[in-house]
This record gives sequence, C-alpha cells and structure tokens, in this order.
Amino acid sequence: MSGAEKIHVRVTEKTPLNALVTRFRFEPVDGGLLPTFSGGAHTVVEMKDGDITRLNPYSLMSDPYDQDAYTISVRRDDEGRGGSLFLHNQVDVGDELTISYPVNLFSLDLRAKKHLMIAGGIGITPFLSQIKQLDRAHGNWELHYACRSEALGSYVDYLTTTHPNDVNVYYDDQDQVIDLENLLDGQPLGTHIYVCGPKGMIDWVRGKAADLGWPREAVHYEEFLAPQPGKPFEVKLAISNKVVQVGEQESLLEAIERAGVDAPYLCRGGACGMCETRVIDYAGNFIHRDHWLEDDEHASGEKIMPCVSRFEGKTLVLDR
Amino acid sequence: MSKFEFPASIKSRPVYGTLEARPGKHHLMIADAEGAEAIMDIATPDLMAKTHIIFISRGTDYGDKLRALNPAIFYEGPSYAASVPRIQRVLQDAHMGLQVYLTGTEGLMGQAMREAVDAGIPHTAIQTEHRGSVARRMQCVHCKGITEDVETDPFVCAHCGLNLFVRDHYSRRLAAYQGVCIDAEDPGNVPEPKGIYE
Ligand code: FES
Repeated sequence: MSGAEKIHVRVTEKTPLNALVTRFRFEPVDGGLLPTFSGGAHTVVEMKDGDITRLNPYSLMSDPYDQDAYTISVRRDDEGRGGSLFLHNQVDVGDELTISYPVNLFSLDLRAKKHLMIAGGIGITPFLSQIKQLDRAHGNWELHYACRSEALGSYVDYLTTTHPNDVNVYYDDQDQVIDLENLLDGQPLGTHIYVCGPKGMIDWVRGKAADLGWPREAVHYEEFLAPQPGKPFEVKLAISNKVVQVGEQESLLEAIERAGVDAPYLCRGGACGMCETRVIDYAGNFIHRDHWLEDDEHASGEKIMPCVSRFEGKTLVLDR
Repeated sequence: MSKFEFPASIKSRPVYGTLEARPGKHHLMIADAEGAEAIMDIATPDLMAKTHIIFISRGTDYGDKLRALNPAIFYEGPSYAASVPRIQRVLQDAHMGLQVYLTGTEGLMGQAMREAVDAGIPHTAIQTEHRGSVARRMQCVHCKGITEDVETDPFVCAHCGLNLFVRDHYSRRLAAYQGVCIDAEDPGNVPEPKGIYE
C-alpha cells in the first residue's frame, strides 16, 4: 500500500470558526496514543464519497506533543472537487475516518536563530503547530499573517491574545499589506523565512528574498495544490497493462488507484516528489501543476506528477 | 601555482567553486595570500562600494592591490587568528542578505566557513574558491592537536609526534582533515613523505 501508514480515528469535535473554516478534532478509535509529529506536518485524510475515494492533505495544527488528538482546520472550497465540501457537509462528530501518519514537508530548520513566519489565509494552520513546538523550546519567532477580513481571520484572536508581541495581523479589506521589503531587510543573520498561503504570496516572498540576497536554503514554503478538475482523458498504464479513463472530477492519481494499481504518493499536493512517473509516450499537451519538477522537466514530456497534473490529448502512456 | 585542480575524492572532501558577484546590499570577502586574485577577478567599483574585505597576506604583497580596489572597508590582519574577533564581530552585526565570499587556502576557507555557519548562514550559500597553497589544516585523531599547513603525506603531528597519514576525511566542525597514525602496527615503518597530491 502506498502513502504513509494509516490511523483510524473518530471525529470528536466539529467546530465552525467562521463562514469558511471549520475545525475537526480526531481521536484514535482504539483509544491508544497518536504519534507525535513536528510542527508543519500534515495528514492525508481519506474520504469515501460514493464510489470515489479522495485523499486530501491537511496541516496538523494541534500541539505536536499532544498524543490524544489531532486537529485540522478545513477551508470550504465551493469551486474545488468537493473534498472540503465533503468534510464540511457530510462528516460529523462520531464518524470514523482513516488518516495517514503525519508527514512533514514544511518543517522548521532548527539551526535557524530566528523563524520569520508569513501566512496568508488558511495557510496559517501549519504555523499553529510550529508555534507550539517553538514555544516549548523557547524559540525565537515572529508571525505576519494576512487575511481577508476580521470576520475571516481564523485564529487571529487566539494568536494575538497568547502572543501579543510576536503576531502581526493584516486585513486585506482594510488595505493593510505586509511591508515585505522592510520586513526582510535588516533581519539578523540566521533568520529563516517560512511562507504558507496562496501561490501569489509565496512567489512574492520568494522573489523579494532572492532580490535581497537571501539564500534559498533559508526560505521555506508550502502550498498544497488541490488537484483541479479538467477535461476527461485516457491513460494507458504500460506495466499493469490497463487503460484508464480519468474523469473530469478526479485526478490522474485517483484514476490510477481506482483501477487497482498501487501508485506511490505522499503529499498528494504536488510538493513531495513521491508520485513522479515516467512518461513512455504521448500525443497532446501536459497540464503540469506541481512544484516538484523543474521547468525543463515539465517541457521535456518525460515526467508527470499524477497527484495534481493532467493531460489533454490523444495518447498518454505511463510507466506504471 | 595559483589555481589547482583537486582530484575527485570521497564525499566528505570539500569542493570549491569559482566566485561570482551575487545580488545583495552587503558583501564580506575573506581571503588569504593568492585568494586576493579571485577577489580582483570579480571586483567592480559597484560591488566594492558594498564590500568589506578581510585579508591575511601570509607574506604576499596583494594588500596594496586589494586596497586599490577601494572596498567600503579593508582590513589586513597579520594572521587568521588575529582576524577572528573582527570576523565574528562583522557576522554578529550582519543581516540576512549578506553575501560571504571565501578564497585562498583550504585552512582559511574552512575556518572562516565555520564562523559564517555558526553565525547562521547555510554552508551551501557561502561561496568559496581555492587559490594558492594546497597545504592542509590537519587534526591528529589521536591527540586532537591541529597541525597547520601540512604539505606532505605522511607528516609528523606537531603536538604528539606520531607519524600521520593524510586522509581526505574532512570535518566542517573542526575545519580540518583527519590525520591517522600510519605506523601503529609496525612502529617505525613509515613511508617516505611526498607531496599530498604527488
Ligand atoms: S504525491 Fe507528492 S508530489 Fe505527488
């Protein structure tokens, strides 16, 4: 079985935070202890929605040392393929779910002398567990958190009351913008940047940091891409000798799994590199959406990340 | 001999590059002896206006040439050890975005690299270029003493007097290669010393 090991959990709390975000608390069904994790880790939640199984990654926001329960916060995405809608509308307290062991693709670099966190919207969630981890270790951190409005500012109250001196909040609808250039310029040597939020924000921060001469190694980012719906297409799996139709609402990876082929994955969000698959033959166009492959690899037509990328055209043959 | 092509070796052995000017508001260049030439190769008036050079001449006369480049700050120290307090002070006051360039002997680059890493710069973000002597800074794995500027293999530990074989096994923490007793099993059976790369 691909992916990280599984844990069976029961939903013990479902707490709406605002118009878009709901928090879920998971406790192990067998009453045992959950594994500890490190701040920034995510879990992949399995959702059986009719005959489709969705596996969506969500950042763990609870205390990494709390082994009684995990919590995640899910932003409802009305345009998406329904993973978040399923959790919001169909999952209730008492329901059982399968989640993966924690996987961390956005961990703190503990060599850093200072952690500078920049969050946009629901991108706040990994920082909640990182902050808990750093507080235990008396780490030096500072958070800059941009959200759309006070009404949609998840955890703003919690953060500003517990850490009034380290948390800075910016509301878009009040035209408050992070003064990025001045924020980055003048940070002490040994500062690392962590950014989680929409793609535009990640690109903005990475670009500005590079212009100011920050080393790449000191700039960490995480953006989970949800697979996007697209035109149906057909894929031939050469090793398993199967032809699979990829539906409009499912990802290539999901279609491969539905056909009973065990394909590797970890993040299901285009970030970890685990699902990388060799293309044997194709006629058509790739719709690459991952953060893993380099531009020249995208252009080469030799590789695809089936968790988030799609294809449009006549023939696609994969080494799977 | 200013440039030397080191033979390929084990993963532990540092690999040096060629300096290039990088974007950034502040630049720190630390060099000894012929390392000055690598600085001169990339110096532009624009870059020098934002650069602090720390130079250890080791008997060469590059000091005046570097000074003539008009760096924002120029310091020439009598030895690496004498320049360490300055290096530490500069790093302590520095901000993210500082570009660090190390050039010259392996001992100089390794020790200055250690200071920069301790100050919080990822080692992969520090530029290096080897110039000049290929002598090594060696640690005796037996007595832990450091012998500087080792040119032959084997050599005699300056601290405990053992005959040491020059390994490519390198420690970033110590900024030194490891020297291991070559005649432990058969005392006195020591091969004729020759140049490390001969
Ligand atoms: S599963 Fe992580 S990149 Fe596809």
